[in-house]
Amino acid sequence: MQINATLIGQAIAFLILIAFTWKFVWPPLLGAIETRQKKIAEGLAAADRGQQDLENAKNEALSIVREAHGKATQIVDQAARRAGEMVEEARGTAAAEGERIVTAARAEVSTETARVRGELRAEVAQLAVAGASQLLKREVDAAAHAALLDDLAERIAAR
Amino acid sequence: MAGSTEYIPHHLEHLRYDLTKGEWAHGTEGIVNFHLINVDSMIMASVLGLVFLLIFTLAARRATVGVPGKFQAFVELVVEFVDDRVKEVFHGDRRFLAPLALTIFCWVILMNAMDFLPVDVPGMIAHGAFGAEHFRVLPTADINTTFAMSLTVLILVLFFSIKSKGLGGYGHELIAAPFGGHPLLWIPNFALNVVELLAKPVSLAMRLFGNMYAGELVFMLIALLGFAASGAFASGAAAAGALALLGQVLMASLWAIFHILIILLQGFIFMVLTVVYISMGQEGH
Repeated sequence: MQINATLIGQAIAFLILIAFTWKFVWPPLLGAIETRQKKIAEGLAAADRGQQDLENAKNEALSIVREAHGKATQIVDQAARRAGEMVEEARGTAAAEGERIVTAARAEVSTETARVRGELRAEVAQLAVAGASQLLKREVDAAAHAALLDDLAERIAAR
Repeated sequence: MAGSTEYIPHHLEHLRYDLTKGEWAHGTEGIVNFHLINVDSMIMASVLGLVFLLIFTLAARRATVGVPGKFQAFVELVVEFVDDRVKEVFHGDRRFLAPLALTIFCWVILMNAMDFLPVDVPGMIAHGAFGAEHFRVLPTADINTTFAMSLTVLILVLFFSIKSKGLGGYGHELIAAPFGGHPLLWIPNFALNVVELLAKPVSLAMRLFGNMYAGELVFMLIALLGFAASGAFASGAAAAGALALLGQVLMASLWAIFHILIILLQGFIFMVLTVVYISMGQEGH
């Protein structure tokens, strides 16, 4: 064991190593590490932001769907109400129409009845006159017995 | 066991060169002799330093901000580990201290890892290829290497102390702390501070050196079992030889596995203590 010039030589070697490491090795390595750490941190933050955005979008979509659902229900309700109204309206119109048709038919029937009754009356009068003529074997003066005949016709018509 | 008394001293001898005479040195030539240089320690430390620089420069050049490859991920793991340790101890600008810690951590671990090479192989290669008498492959088991590092750290501690407090401030602290600023207390204060200051590099260097030297020595002692085995085989005691061989393999494996921990731990301790000393110097009493 001996202390000798190796001491100086190794110290110089040590200093060279330190200087080289300090100047050329350490800065790029630590720089790379720190830049990557920053990038990873940014990436994680971006992922968090993306998650948040997704959450927001989901909520927004949900609210839109809910709103649309509400609107649809409203529209369906409205349509149902409108349909009911239309049915009601149609019913009213149909009833009025029916009423009108029935009234018209009745009026027609009554006029027809009156007309037929008049005709019948005249015919019955003729028949009665003809029958009486046959019975009496002579001409009945229609004019002379008009009042009688009319009364007869009236009675028949009344039956 | 005739070889064992020569074997261990032989393996503890450095390959030395006399810089003034310009020839290989033999023998001890004093405890302190700045004419000589341990060529093996210099070569191994420089090569391993270059290996460290090569790996990390390559990673630094290829460093991408995007998804890192396995190589880059490994290097970044080491870098971040060191940076975190420095961050725990030192609260300030880490732009110099963190690369310093990285250099110490990696270099010491790489040098310590040379202890895993079989004790005889590097010497055999050096002898066979270059005719070198000795070759100690473990630079951190050379007290010069550990003291070179720890004294550099001491200089850095002084530099950062003066840088953060100013020359006057630091000088005042040396004579006025920890007992107080009374002129009578200047000398005890200063003495205590000098001891404290010098204890740092001594403990740093001796801890690493002691651990690695002892570890290397244990590997050599285990290798002696191999001598015992070959001796036993030569004298016809096959069972004893087999037992010694088994013991060598088993103990060398166990010691090597345990040594993984020591190697990493010593690198880690050297790094953390360096950061602690520098931050203590900067923050003051």
